[in-house]
Amino acid sequence: MSLTEAPPAPPADPREPVLRKPSTRKRLVPYWLLLPGILWLVVFFALPLVYQASTSVQTGSLEQGFEVTWHFQTYVDALREYYPQFIRSLLYAGTATILCLLLGYPLAYLIAFKAGRWRNLVLVLVIAPFFTSFLIRTLAWKTILADGGAVVDVLNTLHVLDVTSWLGWTESNRVLATPMAVVCGLTYNFLPFMILPLYTSLERIDGRLHEAAGDLYATPATTFRKVTFPLSMPGVVSGTLLTFIPASGDYVNAELLGSTDTKMVGSVIQSQFLRVLDYPTAAALSFILMAIVLLAVTVYIRRSGTEDLV
Amino acid sequence: MPVLRWIRRNLVVIAGLLTLAYMILPNIVVMVFSFNKPKGRFNYAWQQFSLDAWKDPCGVADLCGSLSLSLQIAFWATLGATALGTMIAFALVRYRFRARGAINSLIFLPMAMPEVVMAASLLTLFLNMGAELGFWTVLIAHIMFCLSFVVTAVKARVMSMDPRLEEAARDLYAGPVQTFLRVTLPIAAPGIAAGALLAFALSFDDFIITNFNAGSTVTFPMFVWGSAQRGTPVQINVIGTAMFVLAVLMVLVGQLIASRRKSNARN
Repeated sequence: MSLTEAPPAPPADPREPVLRKPSTRKRLVPYWLLLPGILWLVVFFALPLVYQASTSVQTGSLEQGFEVTWHFQTYVDALREYYPQFIRSLLYAGTATILCLLLGYPLAYLIAFKAGRWRNLVLVLVIAPFFTSFLIRTLAWKTILADGGAVVDVLNTLHVLDVTSWLGWTESNRVLATPMAVVCGLTYNFLPFMILPLYTSLERIDGRLHEAAGDLYATPATTFRKVTFPLSMPGVVSGTLLTFIPASGDYVNAELLGSTDTKMVGSVIQSQFLRVLDYPTAAALSFILMAIVLLAVTVYIRRSGTEDLV
Repeated sequence: MPVLRWIRRNLVVIAGLLTLAYMILPNIVVMVFSFNKPKGRFNYAWQQFSLDAWKDPCGVADLCGSLSLSLQIAFWATLGATALGTMIAFALVRYRFRARGAINSLIFLPMAMPEVVMAASLLTLFLNMGAELGFWTVLIAHIMFCLSFVVTAVKARVMSMDPRLEEAARDLYAGPVQTFLRVTLPIAAPGIAAGALLAFALSFDDFIITNFNAGSTVTFPMFVWGSAQRGTPVQINVIGTAMFVLAVLMVLVGQLIASRRKSNARN
């Protein structure tokens, strides 16, 4: 018999540690296990944040070097100059997250409840795009949304572009290099991050609950609203976080599919750091972005009441 | 109207399949355009069918070099992150110790941080230390951001493990090393494998953090990024398609083996 198959039902709480006689050597075991990895995170994740905090309040120039002068004005100037990019980032990332939820939920539902023996195949198809570099796939959207291409033609014939242009999402009869293209790319890139957690939490739902709701004369719509959706909340929360957080800092979609009018804050940080070499401003911008995202995440997790995410 | 009724009844399925199509469409475009013979430097508009790029996938300067560099970095990053992450996961599930909350947040935070923030702050550190940007700084960065994902994947598996199996092994006079190698590790293996796969995929495809910390070293995603400015060779699509087909084949073969084993076990 191989031990990898069919383990017996776990006891009430498998996390309950086995009681061991504490000897000093054994008590140190967890610390030795933790040490290398935690050290790595402290040195290459936490410490850099401290360095960045200090950089953001420095003044000086590349030639003469930078010095900490507690120059908080950098933050004010950075916000004053780049607030459109901040607002745009949050707006685009927020829209993409909502679109991901609206598009991803039916597919996750389909995989969890309707796919039957096709389930594994559909799951593979959801994950498969990952295997081609996301930059190559994002470039493919340039072809799909190209001026005079099939998609633009159809949208034009249906007069969708008239409406979206009026709303300011597209320009006359272009989709490429407009906010719509950027949001479309963001939605596309982060959809799997929405679908997988949604699927995991939907799959856990006991099918008998649906039957019970039906027996109690709930219509399918009511069953969804009162049973399925509330039970899938953990998936909704982690899916929206996994979409919103990376989308808010992304600059790949904005640079490849957008124009100078669709620049997001990630682009600004990137060019300040790598091209303009204005380190204090770049550090301040990156800190503001971090603060906004962490604040939003904390508030969101608190309000949705699923704090056992971590 | 029977058609309308049918649509209403299958609304979820239709919507789901439309989303699936949206997700697959770019891959199909990448595949089709790997057979294109573009007129200019950019491979965005269809011209004519050609096998040129498939016959000569390394025909563009630096392309295959960047690919092999990305594979190397992904390999070492996976190894490093999986080793460190598995150790952390075991410590978190199996032991009680002080500063647990702080350690948990230290592991969670990198996943809750926009990549560009980590990228920029790490570059600040390297600049301050005077480190030379290149292979090693990229590797360090990749191990850092893959670590948390490995911990999460392995932790989930170790948590669902039945500790009585290990007790049984010890009762049968297996030493601690033997118990670990022959009982604990095989059971945790799927979680470790999932973590390693995730780390490999994340590292291989990473652009933002790499772009900040690579200096003049060019990984495959950076090559693609650069070519989006200078001109996209068809070979990019060839490599994208090949990776896609290879990975899907691997998954299918794996599925086949798993289902064989299952039916064998049942008989």
